[in-house]
Amino acid sequence: MTVWDDLVGQEEAVAVLRRAAALGSGALAHAWLFTGPPGSGRSTAARAFAAALLCDTGTGCGTCHACRTAVQGTHADLRVVATELLTLRIDAVRELVQAAQRRPSTGRWRIILVEDADRMLERTTNVLLKAVEEPPERTVWLLCAPSPEDVLPTIRSRARPVRLRVPPVAAVADLLVRRDGVDPAMAAFAARAAQSHVGLARRLARDEGARTRRREVVRTPLDLSGPTDAVVRAGELVDVASEEASSSTAERDARERAELLRTLGVEPGRAVPPALRSQVRALEEDQKKRATRLRRDVLDRALLDLLSVYRDVLVLQLGADVDLVNASMVEDLRALASRGGPAATLGRMDAIGTARERIQANVNPLLAVEAMCVALLPEPVGAA
Amino acid sequence: MAQGTRQQRSTSRSSGRSSGRSSGARGWREAVPAPLVLVTGTEQVLAERAVARVTALQRAEHPELEVVGVDATSYEGGALEAVASPSLFGEPRLAVVTGAEAPAERFEPDLRAYLAAPADDVVLVVRHAGGSGGRKVLEVARAHAGAVLVDCPPLKKDAEKLEFVGLEFEAARRRIAAPAARALVDAVGSDLRELSASCAQLVADTSGTVEVEDVTRYYGGRVEATGFRVADAVVAGHRAEALALLRQAVATGLDPVPIVAVLAARLRQMVLVGGSRGRGDEVAKALGMAPWMVDRTRRELRGWTPGALGAGIVLLAETDAAVKGGGRDPVYALERAVLALCDAHER
Repeated sequence: MTVWDDLVGQEEAVAVLRRAAALGSGALAHAWLFTGPPGSGRSTAARAFAAALLCDTGTGCGTCHACRTAVQGTHADLRVVATELLTLRIDAVRELVQAAQRRPSTGRWRIILVEDADRMLERTTNVLLKAVEEPPERTVWLLCAPSPEDVLPTIRSRARPVRLRVPPVAAVADLLVRRDGVDPAMAAFAARAAQSHVGLARRLARDEGARTRRREVVRTPLDLSGPTDAVVRAGELVDVASEEASSSTAERDARERAELLRTLGVEPGRAVPPALRSQVRALEEDQKKRATRLRRDVLDRALLDLLSVYRDVLVLQLGADVDLVNASMVEDLRALASRGGPAATLGRMDAIGTARERIQANVNPLLAVEAMCVALLPEPVGAA
Repeated sequence: MAQGTRQQRSTSRSSGRSSGRSSGARGWREAVPAPLVLVTGTEQVLAERAVARVTALQRAEHPELEVVGVDATSYEGGALEAVASPSLFGEPRLAVVTGAEAPAERFEPDLRAYLAAPADDVVLVVRHAGGSGGRKVLEVARAHAGAVLVDCPPLKKDAEKLEFVGLEFEAARRRIAAPAARALVDAVGSDLRELSASCAQLVADTSGTVEVEDVTRYYGGRVEATGFRVADAVVAGHRAEALALLRQAVATGLDPVPIVAVLAARLRQMVLVGGSRGRGDEVAKALGMAPWMVDRTRRELRGWTPGALGAGIVLLAETDAAVKGGGRDPVYALERAVLALCDAHER
């Protein structure tokens, strides 16, 4: 067993990282940029690398205390930064710059792992520049982002790149069977449906609700025949996303609030004194931002599922020799493929892409999805 | 005291103007002095009038009346008692407490203590400007026997505003023609303070019955442009009117973002109503709309094809992106969308 076990289908990257972990001070690059599509295991790779650097035996054994705590993100010399909000806060990043100056306490390195390096505003990134360029001798920065283009060129040029690829479906299915004990047939289905996104595949394999929701989403193109269907269907898609997001946040929001009130010494049921209200408000604002992010992420996932349908349609239309993502609905896919040519399919895929971009750009999600559904209609509507 | 209460209650019932108010509360025009007067409601103009009316009535009876202001938000213990304690010459007093919606800690116990033994010659007016704060103050005040409760909710309907204008002129012993009142409400009706100021100006600057011409002379060319009115013009396909209203709305400080949202909501409604069959009230129930909205939307649908509506939604999504930073000029994007939507409407 090693720390690299959970990283599937990334043999090249693992070889590079293993070699680097064995290097001593002076030879190891002081900043690393892990890039790869969502679900390819960027943060897993970064954590495994951190563990290998901190490992007591120096190899990333996966069994020593340092390895286990590093993989969990609780090692004293490893600082993991992630955000559930839309962007990383500038204050949090300023704090990192200070933390980077400290010497490691128990391990050989002080490691700072930023899981969402792409979720930084430009001015926030600029705070990091100096610290990433010339960190103290024993500090290593590990940054993760979907693609090198998602971070500023000034960061990109200061970090050594590690590119992760989309892991093969078989490797993901294998992992699900090996690590999570999923039934092999289900694992194969989930890995294919999630398009090798490890986290998503795991969810699909283990959560019946997630499978049902996905089935609903991929059937969308079949239900659309006129603008009314488009508006109704769009409303459903957005509602389902909001519900899913709020069901998972409501309980947590209430608990966090109760905890904060207890920390502040406000008795349950009593009004919050004016002097403490700003703290409660700050928490509520954070929760609201988190809910927005979650709603967007859930909706984005649905749109990606929808995109996979048109990808399959395009595969059929072009007669390409690759596996279908939604093999279980191949009859429906053939019907969709017979409706138009590849050009129309590409146009529809573009419409989905546009909707995703717009939702990220803060366009009203319902309106963006409605416009997308109208563009997915079998008969194109006239230009307004 | 109990006798007096019953009389006051019956006045408010017979006035017939208490609809929509919490039971037992009266409008500002019926505010009268009492040991405790509680003025609630968010419409500040009306509340000020209620307080002014109570003060004037009390002063008419006691010319030597002393008026004291108390701010409940920065209230310090004992202030109420100080106001109510007998003065050297024994003049009657009227204390106006403002900010009861965010009272300081000591206010509510002091109020409770005072109301347990109110002074004879003191009128206490408590102003609560709405909101969830100061709930206990409200409870204490409402529970006090003989309290006069005055509620000043905002005037939302045009009919209420028209009535307000009519009464303003009546109070000044002047008349305003119905179309003139209508024009005045259309022009400055969104803010009650502005509306009352405009009434005062018309009373001062004109003579005889105020006609539409008088209103146009002072307030002509001013139209309250909202996103809803822009949307009305757009779905009716009135190009020039829509554009004029849009410019007016933007020029008076309306943000393009909510205008796009209103347009999108309107088109969404039209698509949904257009796609459903059945009686108006059934459709209304299914879609969660008011029946009159369904009827209106069905009338508006006459000039539209489903395809045009779908294309309109696509266009509005593009516009929403443009007004939220995706384009250079939000107003241009919005104007372009409004014109394109008007063109999509069939004449």
